[in-house]
Amino acid sequence: MRLVGLYLALFAFWLLMSGHYEPLIVGFGVVSCAATVYIARRKDFVDYATLSWYIKPTLPLYWLWLLGQILKANFDVATRCVLPGSRIDPCVFRAPANQDTGVGVATYANSITLTPGTVSMQTWDHEIRVHALTRDGARDVLGGEMDGRICRVEGRTKDGTEDGP
Amino acid sequence: MTLAVDIASWLCLVAGALLCLAGGIGMIRFPDVYARSHAAGVIDTGGAYLILLGLALQAGFSLITVKLVLIGLLLFFTCPTATHALVKAALAGGLEPLCRELGADETADLADEAAP
Repeated sequence: MRLVGLYLALFAFWLLMSGHYEPLIVGFGVVSCAATVYIARRKDFVDYATLSWYIKPTLPLYWLWLLGQILKANFDVATRCVLPGSRIDPCVFRAPANQDTGVGVATYANSITLTPGTVSMQTWDHEIRVHALTRDGARDVLGGEMDGRICRVEGRTKDGTEDGP
Repeated sequence: MTLAVDIASWLCLVAGALLCLAGGIGMIRFPDVYARSHAAGVIDTGGAYLILLGLALQAGFSLITVKLVLIGLLLFFTCPTATHALVKAALAGGLEPLCRELGADETADLADEAAP
């Protein structure tokens, strides 16, 4: 059943990418998608833990919030790049990551890196070493808003109690 | 209507181009790999997304827009991974950041300041 879903998703992706709908070309798509699903099944590629994370309904809302943060941080870092004089005060620190799953911590680390002004350097099970361009950037990460939001996408509050479905 | 879309599209393209320029200047001016990775972050997030958005507005509802959105998603997932790998490689190579590592007490202070 899951393999059928994978096949349909791959084939939809293939149709969108090709833009050609002659029988021969679509036939190639049918065959290559079947081959991909066969190989994925043999090699046990399909990672259901990650997959179930990406179909959580709250994730797109989090992405929207993240895009806003990225835009704000972009203008901040861009002005520090071009304005004369040194306007940076970098620091390295360790931030707690309260997510339960590996995918959650990875999402948090990636979100930190995506936001200009902070880059995750190393990750452990529940801690991330972050390089920040400014103290304000460090303060934003340590405030824990992003951390809490990803925990809520996981369906938990930051303290580990159940929250929602 | 087409004029409004054109104006919005060009605003996005110009803003994206300016962000890329600022990121490029930052990559030259900032002191070490770690600080420069932040300037690179401006290019591969804001610069790239705004240019893709501007191009999508030009293309309208078509297969091209679908492809532009997919390029955006690809960047959204691969850029932080690549940046993280680069910074981790620099760290593994023994390159120390040109700044202090904050102690536990300073970190706690910053966290307190951030809390509302």
